[in-house]
Amino acid sequence: MASATYLLGLADDALIYAQRLGEWMTNAPQIEEDMALGNIALDLLGQARALYPHVGELDGTGRGEDDFAMLRYEREFRNVHLVEQERGDFAQEMARLLWFSAYQVELHRSLSGATDEVVRGVGQKAVKEVRYHLDHAQQWVVRLGDGTDESHRRMQAALDWVAPYVDELFDDDPVSVAAVREGSVGVHSPASLRPAVQHVVELTVSQATLTMPDPPAWRSRGGRDGIHSRPMGYLLAELQHIARSHPGATW
Amino acid sequence: MLVVVGMRVVVGVLMVGCAGRGIHPGILSGARQAATVPGVVPRTLPGSGVISHTGRMYGNDVIDPNEPLNAAEQAAAEGTDDGVASLSPAGRREQAATDLAAFDALIAADQRIEPRDAMPEKYRQTLIRQIAQHAHSEIIGMQPEGNWITRAPSLRRKAILIAKVQDEAGHGLYLYSAAETLGIDRQELLERLHDGKQRYSSIFNYPTLTWADNGAIGWLVDGAAIMNQVPLCRCSYGPYARAMIRVCKEESFHQRQGFEILWTLMRGTESQQAMAQDAANRWWWPALAMFGPPDTGDAAAGPTSGSHTEQSMAWGIKRFANDELRQKFVDMTVPQAQKLGLTLPDPDLRWNEERGHWDFGQVDWDEFWRVLRGDGPCNAERIAHRRRAHDDGAWVREAANAHAAKAQTRARESAA
Repeated sequence: MASATYLLGLADDALIYAQRLGEWMTNAPQIEEDMALGNIALDLLGQARALYPHVGELDGTGRGEDDFAMLRYEREFRNVHLVEQERGDFAQEMARLLWFSAYQVELHRSLSGATDEVVRGVGQKAVKEVRYHLDHAQQWVVRLGDGTDESHRRMQAALDWVAPYVDELFDDDPVSVAAVREGSVGVHSPASLRPAVQHVVELTVSQATLTMPDPPAWRSRGGRDGIHSRPMGYLLAELQHIARSHPGATW
Repeated sequence: MLVVVGMRVVVGVLMVGCAGRGIHPGILSGARQAATVPGVVPRTLPGSGVISHTGRMYGNDVIDPNEPLNAAEQAAAEGTDDGVASLSPAGRREQAATDLAAFDALIAADQRIEPRDAMPEKYRQTLIRQIAQHAHSEIIGMQPEGNWITRAPSLRRKAILIAKVQDEAGHGLYLYSAAETLGIDRQELLERLHDGKQRYSSIFNYPTLTWADNGAIGWLVDGAAIMNQVPLCRCSYGPYARAMIRVCKEESFHQRQGFEILWTLMRGTESQQAMAQDAANRWWWPALAMFGPPDTGDAAAGPTSGSHTEQSMAWGIKRFANDELRQKFVDMTVPQAQKLGLTLPDPDLRWNEERGHWDFGQVDWDEFWRVLRGDGPCNAERIAHRRRAHDDGAWVREAANAHAAKAQTRARESAA
């Protein structure tokens, strides 16, 4: 059953980040970027929608995608703090996307080898998509780092801003360790994904004439146990408001 | 099967500072080819869309997909939608028209004017204004529905809504590029929008108050837009006509999605039904106003009437009178409202056996002119939102240009 709980965390990461990225539409620096960020949001939403019903199968509750997305409480969401943080400036979004997409490339590469057929399918499809997300983030981080003085300053500040949220992605919590031991969801624990992700991010940062931040004084914890940061409650209020206002309705 | 959601865009490719340089060859050439979005290289991702774009997630099977639901589907059903074929007949002259006599001859022969052709300055300006207004409408039109992305009541609806707003952005880009073929760049057009010197469709000055408004916008607003736009697929200006073919196809899906939102609500709880009816009440008249003021009578007086319309007709930019299109829209939409179980807020609405058309009441043209002049519920908000996004993004665009210049210098130095 660890597998179901583990997959729920992955689905929640995808959903909550899709929700944040969706906020960019009509607010992006240029129209192409409205489309691009919307596209990434759609891909992530697709991952979540494929995983949720499978979690419902595995945990025996038979819950569907909207049961998971619309009718759970904050304490039941298992996403990392990184994805729930409020939308900042464009540099912050690109710093977050750089880490998250680099992580997802490794994650889905790992899931592509899962024995669970649904998980394998999600991984094989998503790995192609998230490579584009990574490419997009890398291009922007380099443009902004190696652009104007202002963009350099903002991009550096953004890397510093995102740093405390990075470690949580790679925590080998008991659930993910047990899930990997069960063997149906791939063979790589979160911690084992880190070196490859770190390498990609460092390469991009250096190409962007930026520097990796010093180890942050604090780091986020608890997302996988349903302990979230302040913005999460507001995010869920917005996400769930209509669905919860009409109990039992079909949309 | 109704499963297509607009365009998919490769996110890794982005053209910066594309003023005058982002014109995709597809829009310039008279050749028959699939339309593409300029500034963004469209590519089908291998395997993309399998999860998020399956029929189960996007399609709907509650409505007969074979029955035309809007003007674009009607044209397809009647086989009158082959705009492309008539745009570039095989025998089209080799040389560009070099003088205005040639322009007149092309118009007389119902041929397409291409960017290289000579054209009267007024024709050029009329088209720039019309295409820009259309592009601005797509961009401003992202806001009323974009407002609901974070609140969509199900994940399926959220995905459809994101894809739709994305399509609108794509249409805007595509149309700006069509305008650029007339010698103006997007940057300047956006400035005119932001400064209030060019308009967008006044319909977007109304607010989206409930979830059902997303249904009403798709069904009525997109339905009306398609009615206006299908004739533009045969517009005399080639790049605009070609852009409209793609736009109409995608709008057609949006209209169906809107209909399906309302269909679902009308089969839902009492409060869902009330929500749908309320949305239909609020959007019906503004949708009828989208066809513009009447062609004749007291209300016809206005900045876009009279000789202006006649000239656009003569130039093959406009094909039908406002009232004619409005009647067609009413005739097509009333039976759909009946099917949905919605009442339309017009006591004068009744079938006229003699005319073979639906009679309907008068649009409140005072309200129309008032909103058009700036005194609508959302005029200020729409422009302020758009300007804020643009201004907040200025440093990003500057950085991208600066980086591109640096990269170019480095490339030149390493080549030397």
